[in-house]
Amino acid sequence: MQRSLYIDADKCTGCLQCEMACSFENEGVFNPAKSRIKVFNFHQEGRFVPYTCTQCDEAWCMAACPVDAITMNRETGAMEVSDATCVGCKVCTIACPFGTINYNQDSGKVIKCDLCGGDPECAKACPTEAITYVDADATGLDKMRAWAEKTDNAAKAAH
Amino acid sequence: MAWAKKLLRVNLAKGEVASEPLNMEWAGEYIGQRGLATRYLVAETDPKCDPLGADNKMIFATGPLTGTAVSTGGRYSVITKSPLTGAVACSNSGGFLGAELKSAGWDMIIFEGKSPKPVMLRIVNERAELVDAADLWGKSVWETDKLIHDKYQDAQIRIAAVGRAAESGCLYSAIINDLHRAAGRSGVGAVMASKNLKAVAVRGSRGVGGVKDPARFMKSVAEQKKVLAENPVTGKGLPALGTQVLMNVVNEIGALPANNMRDVQFDGASKISGEAMLEPRPGDGKPNLTTNAACFGCTIACGRISTIDKNHFSVENKPEYWGNSGGLEYEAAWAMGADTGVSDMDAITYTNFICNEDGMDPISFGATVAAAMELFELGAITTKQTGGVELKFGSAEALTWCADQVATGQGFGKELGLGSKRLCEKYGHPELSMTVKGQEFPAYDPRGIQGMGLTYATSNRGACHLRSYTVASEVLGIPEKTDPLVTDGKAGLVKAFQDATAAVDSLGICVFTTFAWTLDNIAPQVDAACDGEWSVDRLLEAGERIWNLERDYNMKAGISGADDKLPERLLKEAAKTGPAKGKVNGLEKMLPEYYKLRGWTKDGQLTDKVRKQFALPA
Repeated sequence: MQRSLYIDADKCTGCLQCEMACSFENEGVFNPAKSRIKVFNFHQEGRFVPYTCTQCDEAWCMAACPVDAITMNRETGAMEVSDATCVGCKVCTIACPFGTINYNQDSGKVIKCDLCGGDPECAKACPTEAITYVDADATGLDKMRAWAEKTDNAAKAAH
Repeated sequence: MAWAKKLLRVNLAKGEVASEPLNMEWAGEYIGQRGLATRYLVAETDPKCDPLGADNKMIFATGPLTGTAVSTGGRYSVITKSPLTGAVACSNSGGFLGAELKSAGWDMIIFEGKSPKPVMLRIVNERAELVDAADLWGKSVWETDKLIHDKYQDAQIRIAAVGRAAESGCLYSAIINDLHRAAGRSGVGAVMASKNLKAVAVRGSRGVGGVKDPARFMKSVAEQKKVLAENPVTGKGLPALGTQVLMNVVNEIGALPANNMRDVQFDGASKISGEAMLEPRPGDGKPNLTTNAACFGCTIACGRISTIDKNHFSVENKPEYWGNSGGLEYEAAWAMGADTGVSDMDAITYTNFICNEDGMDPISFGATVAAAMELFELGAITTKQTGGVELKFGSAEALTWCADQVATGQGFGKELGLGSKRLCEKYGHPELSMTVKGQEFPAYDPRGIQGMGLTYATSNRGACHLRSYTVASEVLGIPEKTDPLVTDGKAGLVKAFQDATAAVDSLGICVFTTFAWTLDNIAPQVDAACDGEWSVDRLLEAGERIWNLERDYNMKAGISGADDKLPERLLKEAAKTGPAKGKVNGLEKMLPEYYKLRGWTKDGQLTDKVRKQFALPA
């Protein structure tokens, strides 16, 4: 079963534990600047919104890569960058419509979320379950449940 | 490691910056942040210096855990000599600036001298430069923040700045970082402005690494995050209601000072409480609170993000205040609410915004307005001074007017900006100033919580709740319940809290973790991260060493045991209502025992034995 990162911004407090967990796992240091997941603070609106790669099936980054450095991990569904093959041309960063694949000046390669091989550190580090790792076929389940509750007129009428 | 082992020295007079190695021998004794920066201040400045003169230095300091994944590990402190108290100032702030500074590769910044013209310090990793700030001078913190972000076209820059309050000499002006987090107390903003330093803008992308035992560290961090999550205060109360969870609780036990501390309970408390922040407003149907928010790395998230009702008089036709910003925390809501008798939530949220926008300590600001209101009631201050404004207890209009005046340093705002001690002295009633060593009290009445009387009297930075928060024990039962109405055992309690807190404040983490954590939870994380071996005993010893060093600095600055006192009101005017009715604070019973436990002389002086025990500098 493939799983996906499911992000519920309503629950995010903007603590950046996810960014630290990500950068520590991938770079060996606590460094939000090198995190593959980013939390955005929309100050005027009072909203914190985590955002990262959603692992498109027909991935623009993969299609654009001239050296086939990006491949799908069949087990996790993640699009993974091979550092050995990547030449740092950055074409994928232009191709990605979401901005979630980025160049890393220190390594001369691109970096993106690879779901930590199927055990994403960001989800484990999140203190509020704003980031969870759920069945890829049922990322909408929580929202459906919430709306099902709202539309359940019978229960309301009973009160 | 965990320390970056590097500090940035900024000579503002010469316009020069230089990197130097961190004194790791001192770090072993004083840890970092509060402790280590105080060690540097002691070594490099004359305690008798003019706080606003070129000889005073100002240090921005992180701790070894700042910028790591330890919950709440994003703190920094500003250490300098305070213009409000003449004592050592050490103001701790969260937000994101501290971690950014560490990620840029710096443990601390020492600012020395005075710049001939307004400047800002810009740091991008190892590069640091002083940049002309003529365009920023005269601007609020919020305007300054926007101008810097616009200028460098980089949303990720973290900024600390002073506002117009500091520029106009407000003695309780704060340094604000990340728009609404504050190195708030003791007037550190005034020191920064006196050096013509408008802002510090930091971008760090090197990261914080080199923890001693990464696997053990991450395991310990995960375990201790769980402890915070499962604790009723840090896991439920603080995220849901913020520190404002205390408003109703403290009012009920009769320890919520009101009307310049004449009363110990406030009728309007529930209207300005954390619970009230969740209620839909009549005006626009929205609650005051939009969401809770975390500082860097914090898994508690007690921060409040709030709005003001657009229809409220304070923001009518001022759309710049219609969006979300940092909302009320307990001390601020108390000072600008209960202590001034104002129970208008929108009004105090507005003054909270103004305190953030122009950098004022809301505790000292609110308490100073409260003192001014009592002076007005007595006729010592009249509409002649205020230009017609009736400074009456309970007047939301008077409160918001005062905030605008102090923030911009206009008219009577200049006098209010001097703080309650100087204001009350000027108008002939020094007894009405609710201060210790010149700093205003926070939100716990020592008649209803006896240990807090000793806390305030002996705090090294003047009246302050954060130096030994015995409220945890006396009210909340953490780590164990003591009776708030008795003085027995409080001397030992205060000392234990003071020493442990000094260690916590030197590590880079938030003291609010200690609602759930003791040093037993903290030491394993420190030990896994930092060079050497870090036990509970070593942290406590360092805490006690830091406390004594601060005390020593203050003594050399001219403060003495005679200054370990409380205003007469708290010693002679008994509480009128509530569980503490009939009580005054029993400071005289606690103080001699406290001096004895500290190993000091009967008049509160350090002894050679203590100096030797902690190897304090001469």
